[in-house]
Amino acid sequence: MAHGEQGVGRILSDPRPPTPDSLLPTLQHMELKAPEQELSRFRARVAAAAVLVLVGFGLIVARFVYLQIVRYDYYATRAEDNRISLLPIVPNRGLITDRNGVVLARNYSAYTLEITPSKVNNLDDTIDDLSEVIDIQPKDRKRFKKLLDESKNFESLPIRTRLTDEEVARFIARRYRFPGVEIKARLFRQYPMGELASHAVGYIGRINQKEMAAIEDDEDLAANYRGTEHIGKTGLEQSYEKELHGITGFEQVEVDASGRAVRSLARTPPVPGNNLQLTMDAELQHIAEQAFGNRRGALVAIEPGTGGILALVSTPRFDPNLFVDGITPDNWDVLNTSLDRPMINRALNGAYPPGSTFKPFMALGALETGKRAANTAIHDPGYFVFGDHTFNDDKKGGHGMVDMIKSIIVSCDTYYYSLANDMGIDVISEFMGKLGFGARTGIDIEGESVGVLPSPAWKKKRFKKPEQQKWYAGETISIGIGQGYNAYTPLQLAHATATLAAGGIMYKPHIVKYVVDAQTGARRVIEPIPEADLGFKPENLDVIRKGMVGVMTSGTGARAFAGAKYEAAGKTGTAQVYSLKGAKYKEGEVTERLRDHALFIAYAPAHDPKIALAVLVENGGFGAAAAAPIARQVLDYYLLGIKPTGAVADDPNAEPE
Amino acid sequence: MISLPDIRAFFLRLVRPIDPFLLGIALAIMACAYLVMLSASPERMSAHTLNVLSALVVMWVVASQPPQRLNTFALPLYVVGVLLLVAVALFGDVSKGARRWLNVGVRIQPSELMKIAMPLMLAWYFQKREGSLKIRDFLVALLLLIVPVGLIAKQPDLGTAILVLGAGFFVIFFAGLSWKLIVPVGVLGIAAVVAVVVYQNQICAPEVQWPGLHDYQKHRVCTLLDPSTDPLGKGFHTIQSTIAVGSGGFLGKGWRNGTQTHLDFLPERHTDFILAVISEEFGLVGVLIITILYCLLIARGLMIASNAANLFARLLAGSVTMIFFTYAFVNMGMISGILPVVGVPLPMVSYGGTALVTLCLGIGILMSIQQYRRRR
Repeated sequence: MAHGEQGVGRILSDPRPPTPDSLLPTLQHMELKAPEQELSRFRARVAAAAVLVLVGFGLIVARFVYLQIVRYDYYATRAEDNRISLLPIVPNRGLITDRNGVVLARNYSAYTLEITPSKVNNLDDTIDDLSEVIDIQPKDRKRFKKLLDESKNFESLPIRTRLTDEEVARFIARRYRFPGVEIKARLFRQYPMGELASHAVGYIGRINQKEMAAIEDDEDLAANYRGTEHIGKTGLEQSYEKELHGITGFEQVEVDASGRAVRSLARTPPVPGNNLQLTMDAELQHIAEQAFGNRRGALVAIEPGTGGILALVSTPRFDPNLFVDGITPDNWDVLNTSLDRPMINRALNGAYPPGSTFKPFMALGALETGKRAANTAIHDPGYFVFGDHTFNDDKKGGHGMVDMIKSIIVSCDTYYYSLANDMGIDVISEFMGKLGFGARTGIDIEGESVGVLPSPAWKKKRFKKPEQQKWYAGETISIGIGQGYNAYTPLQLAHATATLAAGGIMYKPHIVKYVVDAQTGARRVIEPIPEADLGFKPENLDVIRKGMVGVMTSGTGARAFAGAKYEAAGKTGTAQVYSLKGAKYKEGEVTERLRDHALFIAYAPAHDPKIALAVLVENGGFGAAAAAPIARQVLDYYLLGIKPTGAVADDPNAEPE
Repeated sequence: MISLPDIRAFFLRLVRPIDPFLLGIALAIMACAYLVMLSASPERMSAHTLNVLSALVVMWVVASQPPQRLNTFALPLYVVGVLLLVAVALFGDVSKGARRWLNVGVRIQPSELMKIAMPLMLAWYFQKREGSLKIRDFLVALLLLIVPVGLIAKQPDLGTAILVLGAGFFVIFFAGLSWKLIVPVGVLGIAAVVAVVVYQNQICAPEVQWPGLHDYQKHRVCTLLDPSTDPLGKGFHTIQSTIAVGSGGFLGKGWRNGTQTHLDFLPERHTDFILAVISEEFGLVGVLIITILYCLLIARGLMIASNAANLFARLLAGSVTMIFFTYAFVNMGMISGILPVVGVPLPMVSYGGTALVTLCLGIGILMSIQQYRRRR
């Protein structure tokens, strides 16, 4: 009985050192035991087991209380995040139409065959297999490789676009063979007029990594571009990206663990991008582009009363449709390596000396600053001497007595050599600066060049060596005839001409007339308020107009505008590309690329200007011969509705300035 | 012509071996299982019903046998079981990286047999040695336990190994293994777990090999310690089941409304992870009900053990009862992310005929022991 009482208690607290036998203290006595002793020992073990069970389940229950009560909010959110996925619904991109509604950029939907590289083991094998089902050309492969290099590899990339219905059916029947390959219906950008106004309209392309990084920097932007694959790269497509893109919609869907949408919970429809209606006249643009033929150059036509761009030409042009799905390397090489540099927007990014087209502005500057009166005449012996340097006039023997109006009509260099000398560089650069020369016009296309408005301050900034930084008075002389350091974009020249035509009221040039809400049709007018009234005196403007009208009736522009049914004011110009020291310039003797640039500015009708323009033909030779006839076709169409029969030919008998 | 007394006799014969208390709890648990299964995997209802019926028949058959008959089965069952395990190790079929099956016309999984054979064998052994138990006998018992557990763990099938180990351990425990052995081993074990948790970064480094454990076992432990290291891979099960449990809250999302369950985020939702479905759809309340039912079952089992007729019956009853605890504890720990995913089902709830039959066989044993209990 004594042993029995010891039972469990002794096992738990035996003060003696353990011996092998003492590990089983009660069992030594089993032979003697009463069944009750053994039973009570067993029942103690059962009680211990029960304690273990309670402690074990207690732990478990504590853990469940922690998860289900304490951390409930956290896990409930996690479960919702698991369950609900926001699928972006990409909005339709806005259309671009000309002022009359001619569509320049639109969308169409088509099927594409797309590969998600991360889901495909061997890309080349997959494409090989695919080419047995669907026609895949080497150029498709090349383009795909280029896209692959530029992309994050978890997005799907098109290997073929614009699948025919038959191709779609063929692929779908064999879809099981191609995991990671799928057909998607997508909206594509299309430029139905092809090369027309390609530099102005621009193009969209797939978002590249740099653009993606910029988008991701901005939280709102990043949300709005979820699902968007294309972005405006150049031209209006780029500068009005925000308007054209629209607001991405979202569909809340319940998804299962494999990411498949099970059902739709809520839908926020996308807001389509706004349409752009341009000030540009597509027909006018077409006529201007055709007039250039295959010559390189630029033309900018502006409505003087608004600043609206009527035509913006840069030739050669390119087909923006090539860029939409990633341009093939071959096409890119052609465009990029061509000596004609078709990708450059000459109207905004080409800077050229204005040549004699600068003279009317010089004359106006002299009148406005009181440096010379209109009726003050000088004698032109055919040259101008400054210090020990002689500046030659184009006309050997000179023009005789020349006043301001005559100086414009005959484009007398000597008059402007002396005028520039009288005015001085500071007065010239200040006045030309007010007219917008050497400054960005603020047109609604990104990346226009500043050009060069020469001044002592500019020279100091431009050059590093002290002796080069000094402005020499002799340098002012050639500024007067639009040569020297002068370099302006055709847009700046057209802008200044429009300001002249508008009597000194300056409007910011712009291509977009309205931003149109695609859903309501509500228009937001871009047409700007005047930027500045330069306060030119009417009598001064009158002198310039008389001179420029004279150019068109009896001067260098007269042949090109013979028989015109409207009164135009204009000025021809020829800008030296290559300085022929001392030698007389002979057109035929220099290679084509070194020939002078031909320029022409004009506005019409002279007393109620509806249009002002600047034309530049690179290496075109004389402005009167190469540039003025282009302007004639543009003005004829815009003012009279007369369509030309083809590209203009150079006029071999045109007078030099 | 069947007379009324005949029917009554038949009915009595049918009911006699049944312990109404145990049967009631078992049926309550199975009813819960039905309810959950109807949500988690309604397409398996008929198969599940068939499993339940077979299991109940097995339960009744075993319940109507006297414990002494079980006693005679102990040794042969154990020997056959160990031989089959050796055969598996030598000629077994490999599936999903584990060698668990033996193809003898049909594929059998001998480790399942050991869940019952092990406690039977050890209880039989202690019964044989009754009255002259020496420390040597405990060493023999440990050996009898370790060999098959080792063979099963090597397959590898950690879940079954743990269950067999638990079943055998509790026989030895009830037979009177000294606390002086249990306490230090327990303390060491807890210390080891704490050490693993504290030094998880070092020991979970990819280049570290764990002695005696397979790589997949190491990964299970490591992803348990930090599931976020592999959210779509090995940690996926733990993370998703924890989310299911936590998002269930106090009352749950409602029957058939579990999003984790019905959108396929829960793996194995009708088998090992069925408790996550209960937790998600019935919340903490559901978990408590299931836990209470297990407590009642275990309490009844331990009561039966206390009243058993002899040592063999006593040890067997205690050990079989504790099998339910081991099952439930490991499964619940696994679902709630405090134990590694080792493939242990929730007893009598998870879908799967073998485990259900084994467990009902255990209940049958308890009923048999209760029927032939010690009479005062």
